[in-house]
Amino acid sequence: MSERDMSLHRHTPRLGRLVIYTILILAAVFYLTPLYVIVITSIKSLQAIHLGNLLSIPLHPTLQPWREAWSSACSGATCQGVQVYFWNSVHLVIPAVLISTAFGAVNGYVLTQWRFRGSDLFFTLLLIGTFIPFQMVLLPMAWVLGKIHLQNSIAGLVMVHVIYGLAFTTLFFRNFYITIPRELVKAAMIDGAGFFTIFWRIMLPVSTPIFMVTIIWQFTQIWNDFLFGVVFTSGAIHPITVALNNLVNTSTGVRRYNVDMAAALIAALPTLLVYLIAGKYFVRGLTAGSVKG
Amino acid sequence: MSAAYEDASRSGIGNRLQRLLPKLVLSPTFLAAVFFLYGFIVWTIWLSLTRSTLLPSNTWAGLAQYRYLFDNGIWWTSLINLGIFGVLYIGLSMAIGLFLAILLDQRIRGEAIFRVVYLYPMALSLIVTGVAWKWMLNPGLGVQQLVRDLGFTHFSFNWLINPQMAIYTLVIAAVWQSSGFVMALFLAGLRGVDDAVIKAAMIDGASLPRIYWSVVIPSLRPTFFSALILLTGLAIKSFDLIMAMTGGGPGFATYLPANFMYDFAFQRGQIAMGAASAVMMLIAVGLLVGPFILLESRRKSDV
Repeated sequence: MSERDMSLHRHTPRLGRLVIYTILILAAVFYLTPLYVIVITSIKSLQAIHLGNLLSIPLHPTLQPWREAWSSACSGATCQGVQVYFWNSVHLVIPAVLISTAFGAVNGYVLTQWRFRGSDLFFTLLLIGTFIPFQMVLLPMAWVLGKIHLQNSIAGLVMVHVIYGLAFTTLFFRNFYITIPRELVKAAMIDGAGFFTIFWRIMLPVSTPIFMVTIIWQFTQIWNDFLFGVVFTSGAIHPITVALNNLVNTSTGVRRYNVDMAAALIAALPTLLVYLIAGKYFVRGLTAGSVKG
Repeated sequence: MSAAYEDASRSGIGNRLQRLLPKLVLSPTFLAAVFFLYGFIVWTIWLSLTRSTLLPSNTWAGLAQYRYLFDNGIWWTSLINLGIFGVLYIGLSMAIGLFLAILLDQRIRGEAIFRVVYLYPMALSLIVTGVAWKWMLNPGLGVQQLVRDLGFTHFSFNWLINPQMAIYTLVIAAVWQSSGFVMALFLAGLRGVDDAVIKAAMIDGASLPRIYWSVVIPSLRPTFFSALILLTGLAIKSFDLIMAMTGGGPGFATYLPANFMYDFAFQRGQIAMGAASAVMMLIAVGLLVGPFILLESRRKSDV
């Protein structure tokens, strides 16, 4: 926040400020409406949905749609709710985030403090990799996963997410560690500290913020991924995003909109919570991930 | 610490290991990038030059797949759709994002709350976004019905199932999802603008809109670049939102290249054509985003 605000904005006339606040509030309503609609729809009975309208408050709120979404709703031919897929995503996201973040941290450390001939070129190649549409790797990856018998498995999906997350995690840590003076590391080397000692004793203690950013970024990316999930898994191995899509777009039977909305909220809750609890790091991750090199 | 030091100094092997360690640590990522990224790109390009259908085949087909691709009406539909979607999505996200950022920059009470509200859609997956908007735009129970209930019984808003209009429903949802993020980018940029310049303009008697238009916005060039690059990439890769909201339909009315690629490569057993469409996506990203990155990096090294 800068100093300019006081002098600059004191001059805005009162009517102008009224207009500004009105626009800001209307915008807030626009952004919030879909969330409001899915929340209230998820606690309405089907009857209430057909009798009322999109915005009407449920007179007899019920958690039945949530129970159904969690444990008995049908997606495709199976009717076990989204819970299996929710846990799939949990089992996928934890190792994938931890492994890719750990690699990113040591990679960033090497690329800033142990530079060698070609290390900058390597970083550039990795950076370009963040722009490449994943459609370019889907076919070969499907073949490779088949060859190493990891097709349609959480382990295979973890591998895919680790590999294609490395460029981002390395980028984050590299941009953070570049601010740590190399003299500090050189001095430690003269004192006899080795590669990992320096990492543990000098780099890690100051790294909490960048770990937060990277973990949150990777968590959201992997949790929200649909493309890898839909291409590399099928049936009971689907992550939650794919299961939700199948649930909502199943063509058979009566559309249970309230169950659909409850399932959508279940799929959204983890990342929404992360955003509400650690929004500051989430935003920093977004802006850092947006090519600031 | 001292143990490692003694080890290292006692034996030449330990010493050499210490010197090798950085490269050793980097090597898994290096190998992954070489094989899984650049190797796969070459592999996909190769596939696009073969006769592969349901299974990969090594029979050379030259540029035949690209000819088939551009003879294919669905591909053209998806390109035109991408044009419409991309221009509107990028344009509206930038305009709304910049506008909200400028308003929020006016020493607003409750700024933090507004920011949280504008930005939260970005935390949601595009599948959830698609599901939410599909529900809201459902002609039977969504916005159309809501307005009819208010007494406007002939009100019609059935874009979602109207082949001519369905693509615009995707724009609404996509802009809803990412304009708050563009706002955050621009707000960060605005906060970095040098105060002295603005104060000088104010002393000259320039009005606030005038200052923004001719002083502040031009100085946000790097932010415009970042936002543009990012949104362009997102538009070309758009896939999830379409899958959840329209499934590409009605008919092929909302098909985008990413849907085409998925469909031909993994549903219709046309691997080579799927690969060719992926290569076209790569070329598009390269042509649209590449020059910006080059320009940016050159500008940065000039400074």
